[in-house]
Amino acid sequence: MTKRPVQFQLNGSPVAVFTDEGQNLLDLLRRGVGDLSPKFGCGQGTCGSCTVLVDGEPRLSCLTLAETVEGQSVETTNGLANGPDLHALQEAFMENFAAQCGYCTPGMLMAAKALLDRTPRPSREQVIEAISGNICRCTGYEPIIDAIMAASGQPVRRAG
Amino acid sequence: MVTVTTVDTLQEAAAGVGREAVYLGGGTLVMRGVNYGDQQISEIVRLRSQDSLRVIRSEGDRIVLGAAATMGDVLRSSDCAALHVVARQVGGPAVRNMATVGGNIFAPHPYGDFAVALLALDARLRMSDGSDLDLETLLAARGSERRLIESVSIMRPAGDDFRFRKVSRVKPKGVSLMSLAAWLPRRAGRIAGARIAYGAMAPTPVRIKAVEAALEGVSLDANSISGAIAAAAQGLNPPDDPLASGWYRTQVAPVHLKRLLLGEGGR
Repeated sequence: MTKRPVQFQLNGSPVAVFTDEGQNLLDLLRRGVGDLSPKFGCGQGTCGSCTVLVDGEPRLSCLTLAETVEGQSVETTNGLANGPDLHALQEAFMENFAAQCGYCTPGMLMAAKALLDRTPRPSREQVIEAISGNICRCTGYEPIIDAIMAASGQPVRRAG
Repeated sequence: MVTVTTVDTLQEAAAGVGREAVYLGGGTLVMRGVNYGDQQISEIVRLRSQDSLRVIRSEGDRIVLGAAATMGDVLRSSDCAALHVVARQVGGPAVRNMATVGGNIFAPHPYGDFAVALLALDARLRMSDGSDLDLETLLAARGSERRLIESVSIMRPAGDDFRFRKVSRVKPKGVSLMSLAAWLPRRAGRIAGARIAYGAMAPTPVRIKAVEAALEGVSLDANSISGAIAAAAQGLNPPDDPLASGWYRTQVAPVHLKRLLLGEGGR
């Protein structure tokens, strides 16, 4: 199998790595680069657990041919915290019990980051829309929506 | 094992497809196949840059969408305002940043809701060999098509002449049990030249010409459209899938067509 060189920015740092032909970005990040934060869920674009940002837009890394990110900027959950200082979204997920098993959390965080980067004070409906491609089987979504609202500095409307 | 060939022009990519390679647009169909070991995919051909195929522009009373325009591009385009309701119902935001107009035309059942809207809006395709083709003709022979789509030209609907409805079991982002699109141009309040298309009711999106004929010359009210409702599933043999049986689809088609035409029942 032919190896292809690919260079891109990963969480602000340059990466140069070889990709196998046909390899998806998720596999390259996890096995080639060692960034285990994006998760493999369905492999078909349904669950959103592999969501990363490419040039600031949410994309499904399992459906992205790795070599197509040549020269682009890729952001994963690994890049959110600054040393011991968690990102506001990570803090809010923790405070609002938005993670149970945690498998969907990296994808949720990146989908939420894409929203807040463009819309710092979203409506609850915009939050729901932003995570509509991400499946969570534990939380019932409400704590996640609350966490994203809290991270944007807005009041949390608790269900019930 | 998959090989990947990167080329600079759509014509070179089409030559690759001619030798049985699959074309990589946004990746939502092809990479899914690769991930699941689809043995039909041994060679992928892709363009180094698809930017020139992502342009959306006005052309008289029509809108031209580059085949590589994504659902996200459609949502950012004010020219495509009538199609926003359709693009918004394709996957979540990440899928919409990847899924392309051209790819949607080749999406297998039960996907391809955007193509249903294109079919209703009289889509004409500019192919990679420079020829023009209407979407209905391409869909009829979709499996054997070896050319690629360069752009799609559609009518720009006036006012509320365009209607779209996606029926799914999971909200907000379920797969279609059925999708319906209608272009209903009117003259003096009466429909003239309607185009009605369904998705997930046949192997490809289809026009329902019996309904179109029944709508000709009538006004859009419950009594006048009764003939069209009666013809809602005429000539269709919808497929069974895990979402619904063909029988069920046939039974509910009149309900959803009526809601579409009268603007009832939300989206």
